[in-house]
Amino acid sequence: MSDGIRARFGIAYEGFGLDVDLTLPGRGVTALFGPSGSGKTTCLRAIAGLEHAPGGYLAVKGEVWQDDANGVFLPTHRRALGYVFQEASLFPHLDVRRNLDYGMKRVAAAQRRVAFEQAVALLGIEPLLERRPAGLSGGERQRVAIARALLTSPRLLLMDEPLAALDHERKREILPDLERLHDELEIPVIYVSHASEEVARLADHLVVLDAGKVLAAGPLAATLARLDLPIRLGEDVGIVLDAAIVERDAAWHLARAEFAGGSLWVRDSGHGVGQRVRLRVLARDVSVTLRPQEGTSILNTLPARIVDIAADGDPALALVRLDVGASPLIARLTHRSAAALTLAPGMEVWVQIKAVALIG
Amino acid sequence: MLTAADLAAIWLTLKLATITTLLLLLIGTPIAWWLARTGSKLKGSVGAVVALPIVLPPTVLGFYLLLLMGPHGVVGQFTQWAGIGLLPFTFWGLVVSSVFYSMPFVVQPLQNAFEAIGERPFEVAASLRASPIDAFFSVAIPLAKPGFVTAAILGFSHTVGEFGVVLMIGGNIPGATRVVSVQIYDHVEALEYAQAHWLAGGMVAFSFLVLLTLYTLNPGRRAR
Repeated sequence: MSDGIRARFGIAYEGFGLDVDLTLPGRGVTALFGPSGSGKTTCLRAIAGLEHAPGGYLAVKGEVWQDDANGVFLPTHRRALGYVFQEASLFPHLDVRRNLDYGMKRVAAAQRRVAFEQAVALLGIEPLLERRPAGLSGGERQRVAIARALLTSPRLLLMDEPLAALDHERKREILPDLERLHDELEIPVIYVSHASEEVARLADHLVVLDAGKVLAAGPLAATLARLDLPIRLGEDVGIVLDAAIVERDAAWHLARAEFAGGSLWVRDSGHGVGQRVRLRVLARDVSVTLRPQEGTSILNTLPARIVDIAADGDPALALVRLDVGASPLIARLTHRSAAALTLAPGMEVWVQIKAVALIG
Repeated sequence: MLTAADLAAIWLTLKLATITTLLLLLIGTPIAWWLARTGSKLKGSVGAVVALPIVLPPTVLGFYLLLLMGPHGVVGQFTQWAGIGLLPFTFWGLVVSSVFYSMPFVVQPLQNAFEAIGERPFEVAASLRASPIDAFFSVAIPLAKPGFVTAAILGFSHTVGEFGVVLMIGGNIPGATRVVSVQIYDHVEALEYAQAHWLAGGMVAFSFLVLLTLYTLNPGRRAR
């Protein structure tokens, strides 16, 4: 696929190896997800050419960046990529404007597709332009670093846990910026993270890495709904649904979001009717009943069919994979409940969803 | 007061130190850069050779430089072949030997400054399309600026304070090789203590001012 990204790397270090063969979509956000030491960052650095994985192959949208079999290895500065590092990495000797200019002026004018004003507006950093990096907060620095990377008009944007060094508040400030970036620019992003919330919010495509190997790769919703992954999103096992707001109930401050297979009431967060949103439903917030319940406080009850049942990490708990129409859902139950209800694949049941998070 | 000979010695000393410092910044920067960044096995040897003048008596250094630049030395034969003549007992002979003598005082602060930058800014520069040469000028040099200030001041003042090597290579030729330190020596030999005081006191004041500037401009780096 000439418009996608093909990456094949094998790196053997002492005590650690990276062995990946990935085909990634040429648009949207791909999350490289895994615990620390799983090789996420090494993989990203190999894509950037900061690390030379011998015998590797890398093609980005039809452009070969590395093909060791044919002696091709473009140095980093000749790859049309943007790289956002984990910690703020602004040049301390330059003010914000000149940091932003640094990459932009090294790209031929004819190849610039992101305008200075556009990047500055997207990240909301107009008031910072004349400031020095030393005087900026961590969140501000990271925004400038993202804008600086965008201004090189990259064909591929690599982000290495760009929010990891920020506190919770700053993360909440920047996440919407990253979503806007996702929506407004056509630049594919590879996003390294070990935070499931960021992945659920931002990613379209998910690659799960562990010990330098790819455990799973595929579209986000389908990959999250797999029960066979030894590495799950921890306490945060759950799925995401792409939905659209179809109704708002002003009296109760609720909104109805429709997805492929049904609809869910969520708290109204100001999205207009027709707007696309992403819903996140955690397995621990889903319970299963044999019949629709009456007299419950739970708003969202949907018919579903059991696809699979698997053990969870905890010996008391089971994960039940269900289909609601065309959408997957995961419920976390005790084995005892599953046995009491004699749950089995193929059964038609009802699910009660206690909480739905509207993310972006 | 200072005599015309004293003033000539001061002027010669300043000229020697200025030229030496400029040459050392040109030569020392790539050496320091290489020492800071290389993974080569030669790093230890090159670093040791550069640092030799710190431990060697200046007379030893001067002696070998004299042999090298003399009529039978490799450098001497080259300079004669090139039509420059012989370097010992000339101003340019002093410049060449000062470059060796003061080299570690320029290279080491620069090397420390380059090492303190770390790898990350260069990775960032590469991700922003800067070639290694480009990043050297646009990132390494600006970030190492305090190191350059320290290197220039140390290189300059160390050259001003040079005595043993000058005697070995330059002798004592007024206007060509008679620098302040040699002039002081001559005054003392001739029991002209008052004259010696003017120059020696001036050197003390000069050195104090240099170090004061260094420590005030650059407190962080010196403290590390």
